[in-house]
Amino acid sequence: MKTLIKNGLVIDPVDKIEEIMDVFLSAGKICKVAKDIKTTADVVIDAKDKIVMPGIVDMHVHLREPGREDKETILTGTRSAAKGGVTSVLAMPNTLPAIDCVKNVKILKGIVKKNACIDVFIAGAITHGRLGRELCDFGLFKKEGLLAISDDGTSVDDSGIMLEAFTKAKKEKLLVICHSEDRTLSGKGLVNLGFTSTRLGLRGVSNESESKRVERDIKLAAKVGANVHIAHVSCRESIEMIAGAKKKGIKVTAETAPHYFSLSEEEVLNYNTNMKINPPLRSMDDVKAIKEGLKSGVIDVIASDHAPHTENEKDIEFEYAASGTIGLETGLAVCITELVHTGLLGWSDLVRKVSVNPAKILGIEKGSLGVGSDADVVILSPEKEWMVNKEDFISKSKNSAFLGKRLKGLVEHTICKGKLVYTKTD
Amino acid sequence: MNRTATIKKKAKWVHKDLLGLEYLSKEDMNLLLDTADSFREILDRPIKKVPALRGKTVVNLFYEPSTRTRVSFEVAAKRLSADVINIATETSSVKKGETLNDTGKNIEALKADIIVVRHNCSGAASMLARHVNISVVNAGDGWHEHPTQGLLDIFTLKKKLGRIEGLNVSIVGDIAHSRVARSNIWGLTKLGAKVMVCAPDILVPSGIEKMGAGITNSIDEALSNADAVNVLRMQFERDEEGVFPQQLEYFKNFGITEDRLKKAKKDIIVMHPGPINRGVEISSEVADGLNSVILEQVTNGIAVRMAVLFWLSQARNKKGKDEDTD
Repeated sequence: MKTLIKNGLVIDPVDKIEEIMDVFLSAGKICKVAKDIKTTADVVIDAKDKIVMPGIVDMHVHLREPGREDKETILTGTRSAAKGGVTSVLAMPNTLPAIDCVKNVKILKGIVKKNACIDVFIAGAITHGRLGRELCDFGLFKKEGLLAISDDGTSVDDSGIMLEAFTKAKKEKLLVICHSEDRTLSGKGLVNLGFTSTRLGLRGVSNESESKRVERDIKLAAKVGANVHIAHVSCRESIEMIAGAKKKGIKVTAETAPHYFSLSEEEVLNYNTNMKINPPLRSMDDVKAIKEGLKSGVIDVIASDHAPHTENEKDIEFEYAASGTIGLETGLAVCITELVHTGLLGWSDLVRKVSVNPAKILGIEKGSLGVGSDADVVILSPEKEWMVNKEDFISKSKNSAFLGKRLKGLVEHTICKGKLVYTKTD
Repeated sequence: MNRTATIKKKAKWVHKDLLGLEYLSKEDMNLLLDTADSFREILDRPIKKVPALRGKTVVNLFYEPSTRTRVSFEVAAKRLSADVINIATETSSVKKGETLNDTGKNIEALKADIIVVRHNCSGAASMLARHVNISVVNAGDGWHEHPTQGLLDIFTLKKKLGRIEGLNVSIVGDIAHSRVARSNIWGLTKLGAKVMVCAPDILVPSGIEKMGAGITNSIDEALSNADAVNVLRMQFERDEEGVFPQQLEYFKNFGITEDRLKKAKKDIIVMHPGPINRGVEISSEVADGLNSVILEQVTNGIAVRMAVLFWLSQARNKKGKDEDTD
């Protein structure tokens, strides 16, 4: 299958390209990136006035399968990803059962092979059942081709066990992704601590419950020189902690999610449970800090933290509702709306955050339009406005924090390894 | 009903629900207070009934034990000639696992007009209100709000002192877990009173000053300049983290006693939303003393709730009419 993408504004920070060009794909690879390519192709896509960029590498996605197929499956989750311009995901291991042994890895791989329409990479759990007690066998994970480990959804509270995890992960060259939350501080908190929690009469979650654990995780990782990646950074104190560590030359990378730079705690004031997320939506000052962190490079990655939940788990009392928002189909548009159109980041900066950096951190050959790379390409209309509607989601769950919002930037086509996996229908 | 007819003409009540005083304007609150004032007199008549809500059904849906508030709503609805149905969790299908939303929709399908809901979760009334087209009155949701209690406290103060604007009101006790405190702060500050909260640090919630309240840890300071003090019940049952002071220690440091009142304004008004814990947050002498308006609050509560039920049913009538003309 040969595809020719004509006259798009090609963004490829790896090769320092940001100009109008053609991209020719053949046999699942990028064949040529040049002006006015004259060749025959099976499919010709007119990309005039459109952006052509590497497919998104979303390193924080909950696909829920196996175990919670009522929320999402590999089939629906990867199709949802394709609609959002995502061509690679890292699937988080907090499934039922957790991805904590080779048997479960193989089960997941089997489903991925059968049903995934994009590349699914797998993260294994740090501890058995994600209970924070017994380490999983990272050596076997490595043999299975896993890239990272995480107990995402919870933090390993025992610092001794966490240190051992970093030590063993380093030996196996596995990335450790930290859900940094000190539950002795966050407790039963539901929303950002302060005026919002007081006003709503809900228990609050302090910034320190995150930043103190970020500090611990970085220190432990630094002690043994392991690769540590801080997931879903939400507040100023964490940014400062990470910035300080980076300055000292510690190997740490950090990620935030679109909702942390586009939404603040104010969104929760009507008890909308789609805004119930962990860590919680924070203050305007934190939103500002996240944006600054993206600009300065303290935050390397934007990932969706796509967290599908059924209506039965969301449309109930705030206290009882599940935490999280879906994000695969809105993430890119939120980034374009809030970061690019506002002038905070250029297109190349954005592509670094959503494709180049996550690929580099995970050690996968993605995030580039260089000749010979996998033909993972997104073609999007940067100015097109659209409204986030419940009915339009491909994801099995509809719990989006962005429902009813107007966003700018719409994916027209997504190509994964040369195959057209999504085309917008009118 | 000439008086209510005049009020009706002037007033604009647009709310389907009463979820909290945070969401009401000064004008909304004054309308409810004025209406309550005209209803208050009915309670002293030999025949305590007017036909304002005849043919309407009010459902009390209570997920938390409550005597005072539930009975008060029931009396209020009956004085207005509404039919009242009481649902307590022990006897409903809640025990069979039905969700609040489903229960609400069933009540709506039974053609009730107003649901009065009490729930242990903050935001429960708001959620219910979004899911049903009939009116919802928040009779207390978690630590969030208890708007009719706030209104009846304000009503009582206004009755006693003739105004709210410029008054100094202190609220003493467990502010952190108190929906009564929140409703009082929103309501009083909107009407121009100066509110001070007084509690041990651990019971002062973060950011409360942004609601417009001052903060002190000194009971003497809280009482020194106050025109009224609202004494909250220590809700020891909510102390899941074990952070509350011991009862005796609390009484020693924050209890409202005659000795303490001696240092306050002579005619300081002492309020309490009930039920009172004698010897924990308030001494018996003060609770039963001349400054106490605790039982007047209970009576006034009926008038305030009558006003709330009345205006919500008016809003519903209006809505029905508008729909007809569309």
